[in-house]
Amino acid sequence: MEKRVFFKGWWLPALLVAPQLLISFVFFFYPSGQAIWNSLFLPDPFGLKTEFVGLDNFRFLLSDPYYLASFKTTVIFSTAVSVSSMALGLYLAALADRLIKGAGVYQTLLIWPYAIAPAIAGVLWLFMFNGNIGLASYYLKALGYEWNHTLKGDQAMFLVILASSWGRISYNFLFFLAGLQAIPKSIIEAAAIDGASFWKRFGTIVIPLLSPITFFLLVVNIVYAFFDTFGVIHTITSGGPEQSTTILVYKVFSDGFVSQDLGSSAAQSVILLVLVGILTVIQFKYIERKVHY
Amino acid sequence: MKTIKAIIASLALFAMFAGTTAQAKVEIQWWHAFGGRLGELLDEQVNKFNASQDKYTVVHTRKGNYSETLNAGIAAFRAGQHPNILMVFEVGTASLMAAKGAYVPMYQLMKDAGQRFNPKGFVSAVSGYYTTTDGKMLSMPYNSSTPVLWVNKDLMKKAGLDPEMDLSTWKRVGNALDAAKAKGIDMPFCTCWHSWVHLENFSAYHNIPFATKSNGFAGLDTELSFNSPVHIKHIQTLGKWAQEGKFKYMGRRNEAGKNFRAGECMLMTESSAGYAGIKKEAKFEFGIRHLPYYGATEAPQNTIIGGSSLWALSGKSKEENKATAAFLAFLSRTDIQAKWHQDTGYLGVTTAAASATKKSGFYKSNPGTDLAGIQMMRNKVTQNSKGLRLGSFDQIRGIIDEEMEGVYNGTKTAQVALDSAVKRGNVLLRRFERANK
Repeated sequence: MEKRVFFKGWWLPALLVAPQLLISFVFFFYPSGQAIWNSLFLPDPFGLKTEFVGLDNFRFLLSDPYYLASFKTTVIFSTAVSVSSMALGLYLAALADRLIKGAGVYQTLLIWPYAIAPAIAGVLWLFMFNGNIGLASYYLKALGYEWNHTLKGDQAMFLVILASSWGRISYNFLFFLAGLQAIPKSIIEAAAIDGASFWKRFGTIVIPLLSPITFFLLVVNIVYAFFDTFGVIHTITSGGPEQSTTILVYKVFSDGFVSQDLGSSAAQSVILLVLVGILTVIQFKYIERKVHY
Repeated sequence: MKTIKAIIASLALFAMFAGTTAQAKVEIQWWHAFGGRLGELLDEQVNKFNASQDKYTVVHTRKGNYSETLNAGIAAFRAGQHPNILMVFEVGTASLMAAKGAYVPMYQLMKDAGQRFNPKGFVSAVSGYYTTTDGKMLSMPYNSSTPVLWVNKDLMKKAGLDPEMDLSTWKRVGNALDAAKAKGIDMPFCTCWHSWVHLENFSAYHNIPFATKSNGFAGLDTELSFNSPVHIKHIQTLGKWAQEGKFKYMGRRNEAGKNFRAGECMLMTESSAGYAGIKKEAKFEFGIRHLPYYGATEAPQNTIIGGSSLWALSGKSKEENKATAAFLAFLSRTDIQAKWHQDTGYLGVTTAAASATKKSGFYKSNPGTDLAGIQMMRNKVTQNSKGLRLGSFDQIRGIIDEEMEGVYNGTKTAQVALDSAVKRGNVLLRRFERANK
């Protein structure tokens, strides 16, 4: 049974929700409204004059093959980052969960990369794979593999995925570990006594019991890959070569702040807003049903 | 108690004096893009100006690379927090020119301040870039360079080549690269600033249009035209060299400069202003040559500039504009310009600075440093070699870089890449025309 509390009068509930409403207005409704409004105009960079163009900014975008390609890039990138960082996070959590000695040390070390800001992580990986001074590119070359992510799109993509997933593994590890430790030992022991192998136990007990956390992490990781990987991409590739690592949010930045095309940038923000809205609805409507709480 | 009172009194007195002196001096802000050695030299100029008089103080701030500085300036302008002087690289020139009301034109600024200023004193190949078609100078040329060919003489010897051999044409360069590759040299050729060197300057040097309407000087309805057979031939050649491992692509800006300074790259096309860094770091004998060209064309015409000019932004008080005018006039002084030219490898942007440098014997003791100037001024400029004035050009350069990456990695032919760059660039030019009509 759900618990419900009823208030007499309206001022107390209004007062209690006011801060949240205010924050939503200042940080969400007002900027979103601005973006929608600006997407209908074509201003000059200095803001000296502007022209109402209706939906022309959207027409301009949707006829640009590079903008359409950016959707595909975003899907590949977000999927790769979410799946690889969650899989590795789960794997490491499963290992750390079985540790008897020194668990604290391992856990601390595994969480460490999470403390590093995306832009810094980007620079670290860039140093390793830099064509001039990078250690990784040096050894790859010694093995006969030519590394040049400034020219080869697939290598650039690999590098930004690697750098973006790296810090994320820690985050996922932390949540998976907490989830694993919350599973009652008695259930697993009972299954073991019944003769279920490790993989059988993992597949039929652990995974279903972890599903709320997995679902939560999936949502959070996709949002991360969509929006927070900006620093990594900016420092490593700036979206190149040939826009092969230009994900949607990076294009909003580069068209708006590098090219000063604020009309197009605003239109892209609006498209992104709608897209993320749809994605969230799908996740909660369809995937959440399969989750056991 | 008495001592405390005395301290307070003296502090108040001090504050009063400090207050009056600060009030008496007009402070102006300058945002620029120079770090490293260039930043030090810029700082020196500002200190010299501040010490030379007691009415004005210039405060300079670095805002990142050229694009970042321009964007910081534009964003600040929208917020009403802009500096008095903004450094804008040549690519941003058309964007500023179109933003009438965002700046005080140079001729106006100098006239209002009663500052003596002679726009004719600037080398026309440089000042033409920043002057309207009816001869009004809008911004002050600050640093200007032009691309040249840098030679690592030690690697030339290692490749069994005469380090003084003729490298005037791309065909001869090609032969040298073949020999170098055969001798196992890892990076025979590299380049900085791909679009600037191999399309923009290439066009001017061969006297072919980069864009219609005199490269945009004659109107906003200009269209790109860098997909002519000569352009395609050159980019295809670069693509072939990249495939054969003779040319290594290191990045869109001046990343390759590192490889040259480290002695890995044999021949590099880069700005003449690479001089400051190469002279400081190179542990090998280097030479400077003219930019190569193709035979049986109109080359060599003249090359065009890259670099920046200083814009006086609008919305400042009369007093501050006076300070800005005084500082800009100071920067164009012959001694300041000559020192800047000799320290950095940027061109002497006033004729007086160039001749003073010649007289001092600098070119004799530093062979090759005069080539950039000669290369720019060797012929009377034509419609095609005056420079470029294209809106959204930073963005168009990005498109060109992307398409050229496709040629270098072998996924596109030069024809396909340049056609696509022209088509995509024209879309942006139309958008710019629409926003600025």
